Amino acid sequence: MQPFTTLTAVAAPLIRPNIDTDAIIPSREMKTVSKTGLAEGLFAGWRYQSVGGRTPDPDFVLNRLEYRGAQILLGGDNFGCGSSREHAVWALAEYGFRAIIAPSFNSIFYNNCIRNGVVPVVLDAGAIDALAAQVAPDPLKHKLTVDLTARRVLGPSGEGWPFSLDDEQRLMLLEGLDVIDLTLKDAPLLEAFRMQDRIVRPWIYFPSVAK
Amino acid sequence: MSPRTLFDKIWDQHLVLQRGEAAALIAIDRVFLHERTGSIALKSLRARGRPVVGPERVFCTMDHIVDTFAGRSDETKMPGGRAFIEETREAAREAGLTLFDLGDPRQGIVHVVSPEQGVVLPGATLICPDSHTSTQGAFGALAWGVGSSEAEHALATGALRVAKPKTMRVRIDGRLARGVTAKDLALALIARHGSAGGKGAVVEYAGEGVRSLDLAGRLTLCNMAAEFSVFSAIIAPDDLVFDYLQGRPYAPKGVDWAAALAAWRELVSDEGAMFDREVVFDAAEVSPMITWGASPQHAVAIDGTVPDPMLLPAETRPAAERALQYMDLKPGMALEGLKIDAAFIGSCTNSRIEDLRRAASVLRGRKVAAGIKAICVPGSGPVKQQAEAEGLDAVFKAAGFEWREPGCSMCFFAGGESFGLRERVVSSTNRNFESRQGPETRSHLASPETVAASAVAGALADVRKIMS
Repeated sequence: MQPFTTLTAVAAPLIRPNIDTDAIIPSREMKTVSKTGLAEGLFAGWRYQSVGGRTPDPDFVLNRLEYRGAQILLGGDNFGCGSSREHAVWALAEYGFRAIIAPSFNSIFYNNCIRNGVVPVVLDAGAIDALAAQVAPDPLKHKLTVDLTARRVLGPSGEGWPFSLDDEQRLMLLEGLDVIDLTLKDAPLLEAFRMQDRIVRPWIYFPSVAK
Repeated sequence: MSPRTLFDKIWDQHLVLQRGEAAALIAIDRVFLHERTGSIALKSLRARGRPVVGPERVFCTMDHIVDTFAGRSDETKMPGGRAFIEETREAAREAGLTLFDLGDPRQGIVHVVSPEQGVVLPGATLICPDSHTSTQGAFGALAWGVGSSEAEHALATGALRVAKPKTMRVRIDGRLARGVTAKDLALALIARHGSAGGKGAVVEYAGEGVRSLDLAGRLTLCNMAAEFSVFSAIIAPDDLVFDYLQGRPYAPKGVDWAAALAAWRELVSDEGAMFDREVVFDAAEVSPMITWGASPQHAVAIDGTVPDPMLLPAETRPAAERALQYMDLKPGMALEGLKIDAAFIGSCTNSRIEDLRRAASVLRGRKVAAGIKAICVPGSGPVKQQAEAEGLDAVFKAAGFEWREPGCSMCFFAGGESFGLRERVVSSTNRNFESRQGPETRSHLASPETVAASAVAGALADVRKIMS
């Protein structure tokens, strides 16, 4: 996983509540058993003029020249709600997004971000509106900075907004850690737990199978 | 010990290690996979050469990619679908998991199959890379949806790193009126508190309005909690649950059953247990509900009208305006009588035998209106078999419904199938998101009986009017 420390980049506003993962990556765009090949399907229903087509809708924010190369997405409340499909984060990451700033996230989506090196930043709606307004006059020049080390977002004017992120999750993002490797360090502890638990709840470990 | 919530009890029992304030290592008792997201978890696991911990506790079904036509095979209309099915099958076999494959009489939608086979148990932790996993909390399990990477983590380690969620109790007083179901209750709750209303919490549904629901209704209520943005939902298990589970294939047997039952009876929130948030809701006030917009929170009573966005809270206004445009509706329009193109009964929300019985009771002796495409997809092989034994399939078919094989089907593009461009659909599913059921399809969510009544009328209909 690619480590994340500080990123200064173009920020694109898509400030709508309840942006669901079907909107982020429609079912019809998930065509292979793979975590890649999804960027083209990102926001397909909004980004292209027709369903299944690939002619860009010029009004959609990511198709506007001034937001080209955006790596930070400004979103609305309950971002990433709906389906648990991790493809939503894979598509965002493959497209180039490395941080998403929203007033709240769906909990499955939030975890999926952490597991894929995308920083989910929670700021209140007022702060996000202010950031969008500061960016809008010239997005390519008025970039935002997401500083994970200091846990804050810097606007183009240098004004800062602190955000919170769990220490362990922050460390995983900063160092690009493989979380399974990390947990496997505790494998003996887990095995001991199961040995003990087998005595307390044997029915969990020996499902009686009728065959 | 201070009074604990039902959730606290399950959490404490599964806590392997507390890391700092937020992150805990939680033991996972059951993993359920399906071929769309589980396939990727298994593939990734295999690519790194990591074995599955406790494969006898891992289950897998085919529901998201398979189609639902009679005589189906691995070939689906979905581009690349065959690979999902074949790769899942091969990986499941290699890892030694229990697979409910195509052609297996037990195959069906994950959240229908799991209770049916006794995979989900009270007090257990269960994860599945599927957002509607909260459904299974209706059996008193802590069951939650995760991404594919988290599923892989649980397979490789038998545990997950989880930040302890907050708790919320939703107390439902009173009972539902005739013609009103758990689906309507769920929609009414989400309409009042918003689709982010349960934000990241474990929601315990309690009170007379929950106790009085049958198991299918409880599963529907917990299913729709996913549209409430919860971490999970849970209901204290009672004799309804225990009686249902006894004798199920993967449920405990003999001395294990007795020990399990004794433990399960402790699975209640203690008197005086503190929740981070509590809300109260009156079941008696709920009417049959219908959605008018593109979010499950956009729901009103069937005899209500399309709201005026200008009268809604300011922060919800732009989304409501956008939804009305998408749905081709105007403020003040009546929902009842709105012409539809199609009707769908199925999904992990409403495809159990009780759902089909209620829908069939509306359809018996009636016909679907001319020009309406109507489809019924039973949730699992056993549901389909039971329905056929009761002659429900004949009722659906005589009314003009297609009678399909089990799977997720038209809830989204499962099997590569969807409704047509801008078609208006009344659906017993869980999501009315833009283009969820087809290109620019206009979905109206409702209970199975409202779907049935609407199919007959050719327009959104109040089921109460034909029940008397």
